[in-house]
Amino acid sequence: MTAHAEPLHGQHDDHHGPPPANQSSRVDARVLGMLLFIGSEIMLFGSFFAAYFFIRVVNPSSSTITPDAWQFWPPCKEPPVGGQCTAGQYEFPVFVAGVNTCILVTSSFTVHWALQSIKRGQRAAFLAGMVLTFLMGLAFLLTQVVEYLNVGFNTSDGAFASVFFGLTGLHGAHVAVGLSLLLMVIIRGFRGHYSPEHHHGVELPGIYWHFVDVMWIVVYTTVYLL
Amino acid sequence: MESPFRSEEAAFRFLLITIGAFALIVIASAISTVLGFITFLALSAASVAVYLRQRGPAPEPTHVEPLAGSDERRVLVVANETVGGQELLSAISTLAISQKTSFRVVCPALNSRLKTFTSDEDPAREAAQLRLDATIARLASVGIDATGEVGDGDPLVALDDAVRTFGPNEIVISTHPPGKSNWLERGVVDSVRARYDVPVTHVVVDLAEVPESGAYLPAADET
Repeated sequence: MTAHAEPLHGQHDDHHGPPPANQSSRVDARVLGMLLFIGSEIMLFGSFFAAYFFIRVVNPSSSTITPDAWQFWPPCKEPPVGGQCTAGQYEFPVFVAGVNTCILVTSSFTVHWALQSIKRGQRAAFLAGMVLTFLMGLAFLLTQVVEYLNVGFNTSDGAFASVFFGLTGLHGAHVAVGLSLLLMVIIRGFRGHYSPEHHHGVELPGIYWHFVDVMWIVVYTTVYLL
Repeated sequence: MESPFRSEEAAFRFLLITIGAFALIVIASAISTVLGFITFLALSAASVAVYLRQRGPAPEPTHVEPLAGSDERRVLVVANETVGGQELLSAISTLAISQKTSFRVVCPALNSRLKTFTSDEDPAREAAQLRLDATIARLASVGIDATGEVGDGDPLVALDDAVRTFGPNEIVISTHPPGKSNWLERGVVDSVRARYDVPVTHVVVDLAEVPESGAYLPAADET
């Protein structure tokens, strides 16, 4: 990342249009934009995680519509009797989400493969990688929808349910945005765009997709496993 | 510091590290909740330490294009509290004698971090302006015609701005002696040498030895 000192007068007389912007900062504008974006995303997810940990750790009695069921996580479906969840606890679909996690992580490998392929000029591999990534992302999203339909609780079942749907839904929204970006790359790819020299349009969605994947690792570990 | 999302490759590497780190946390938590928490804290501290210690690849020196059509040497002088120092004035005089030379003096408006964060910059800029005016007047008194400007609080940013607008053939940077100079401690001179492909002259000014040379110059919050 270097700055370039341009001459003021007398050179480039054939140049038309405005002069290059005077960039005081040594931080590249694209990098700065990405850092600001990541910072805003960290704050966004951070607020949801703060709500999650508040409900789970600081004020667990608010996590369920049955106030005395707070000592269990996930909470009891009915008020506990004699310190036992007679009606059982709510359950997070750990296995299905684990399979979904594998799908999403694999999709990061395929998008990485796609980018490496276009850098080497291998268009078929690039397109295959992008299509596979898109399909796996779509599978992840659809599986999450099915999971929501069969999870056995709803947002009205207490704050724990709200924060569960909030966190996973926020991530799902990011996946949907990522799928839109991937779809644009695929369409442009099939129309002959991108080359070993010009693949910035693949690189940025790739970065975003990895970011979404990283966030899912955090969400899955925190919500489902721990 | 380098962003873990600066490129797709870096982001992919960061993802793999994240998977490994959270796998460790889950395994530790399965053994004991406390152990899991300790693992989380240790990994977080380690990752922050590694991130802060990271150094990006050294950038190529920037090519400084001297002002086109100019047959004179153009010297950019960057100094602050030492801007009126005798050693600096001597160095400028030597340059002025040897060849027709145009001088631009830049005084960074040095400020404390707290005042910078609170946008309390006016006093720093006024003090820098006073130093600059005094220096230009002193140079004029010995027949050296120089222009000047107050620059950004960060000497490197101030220099970057001046390089773009002035297009120097040479850069002179003046500091306090080693041990007294905040700029030297921060590696400002080395950074300037690495950053530009023009000669960089470092002039050390010890105001303690010649107190009268800088006695009239207002002090900055940070040098």
